[in-house]
Amino acid sequence: MKNRSLISINDYSKEEIMQVLELAAEFEKKPHQNLLHGRVIASLFFEPSTRTRLSFESAIQKLGGNVIGFSSAATSSVQKGESLKDTILTVCNYSDLIVMRHPVDGSARFASEVASVPIINAGDGANQHPTQCLLDLYSIKKTQGTLENLEVTFVGDLKYGRTVHSLVIALCHFNTKFHLVSPVELKLPSAVKRHIKEANLQYEQYTDFSEVIPKSDIIYMTRIQRERFPDPLEYEKVKNAYILDNGMLDYARENCKILHPLPRVNEISTNVDDNPKAYYFEQALNGVYVRQALIAAILGLK
Amino acid sequence: MNNKRKELIVSAISNGTVIDHIPANKLFQVIRILDLEKSDKEVYFGTNLESKKYGRKGIIKISEKYFESSETDKIALVAPTATLIEIKDYEVTKKTTVNIPDTIERIAKCFNPNCVTNKEQVPTKFKVIKINGEIKLACHYCEKNTSQSNMVFN
Ligand SMILES: [Zn+2]
Repeated sequence: MKNRSLISINDYSKEEIMQVLELAAEFEKKPHQNLLHGRVIASLFFEPSTRTRLSFESAIQKLGGNVIGFSSAATSSVQKGESLKDTILTVCNYSDLIVMRHPVDGSARFASEVASVPIINAGDGANQHPTQCLLDLYSIKKTQGTLENLEVTFVGDLKYGRTVHSLVIALCHFNTKFHLVSPVELKLPSAVKRHIKEANLQYEQYTDFSEVIPKSDIIYMTRIQRERFPDPLEYEKVKNAYILDNGMLDYARENCKILHPLPRVNEISTNVDDNPKAYYFEQALNGVYVRQALIAAILGLK
Repeated sequence: MNNKRKELIVSAISNGTVIDHIPANKLFQVIRILDLEKSDKEVYFGTNLESKKYGRKGIIKISEKYFESSETDKIALVAPTATLIEIKDYEVTKKTTVNIPDTIERIAKCFNPNCVTNKEQVPTKFKVIKINGEIKLACHYCEKNTSQSNMVFN
């Protein structure tokens, strides 16, 4: 991993994924370590994402590093029409590593090809968001004790949700059984299902949510966005069919945990929040440890 | 088809290239990607011709023209069964089948409008993949697949 960019979760082998997760567990035990003393990390957010940016900046500061950068394109030279290549080349002069978020698909891969320092992709358009995927894996491993042989249920928008695509592909390393719950309009794309088939794993698709709850070790909830439906009537029909309510969890497995990449709107009722099976807020905190682990590994400090 | 007629179809031009065995429904796409509308050379084409191997085929004959590998790569992507016959002085001098390349750079566009290759000055790069028998271009940058019907070439 040393000196290598992380652009897509597919860039890492199963062994490398496990290495990051083990390192993240070390940081969870001891989050404050002065490994980045004197180092500068650039945090380039060409589109705002407060949640992801704060998580990265918290990770950097817990490691004793300094952050430079911008939190939206409006406050950077991009607004003056500077090309992505020029921005990246300039920032390379001032930093040891670049964390970047950008609205264009493939921008992070391109940046990693022109940059002289490693890049961590913090989301490129609708394409990849590998640190979200790693923190999801970390959360699953931490709550289940293992990543192997689990039954994982994905609910909601499986068509456009990039976090779902990356996580499904990553879980193909771990003999997962997939339950895919969505309206027909938002089914998992066949390109992603192909990964499941190639790994010789099983998946089942459902339009009804309640029947899969007792079969799930993990329930991964996502938001269904109104914009995804050309016909507003279709949205009205499905919008309440994929809401998780506390009462539905009476039939859940003892070890079952609820994950969500956040922000949530109404797809998890607030009455679930106090249920010990709710894990989405801790899930976000795990992101800091995973990002500490990645930065330390890529800079060769661990 | 008797031999005399066969010869006629292939060698009606004195110098140039015949692209044979194009699937009939791909003929006009091949004409488009080779930009033959703008050619100032003699161009002949025929479609829905009988073919023992492929049922119905298309054929294109272009005078004074020999193709470079970047052009034959394009032909291979939309008409993988095509044969190229080079003709010099009414004689067939070379006969090759097109090969589907493993990767292609620069010659095709990514269909995803939000791809970095369509937003910044970035040359395209694809892996050529086959899903259920259909050729697709997997973008190195945005990771989306461009299918045959969406292929646009530079
Ligand atoms: Zn692309």
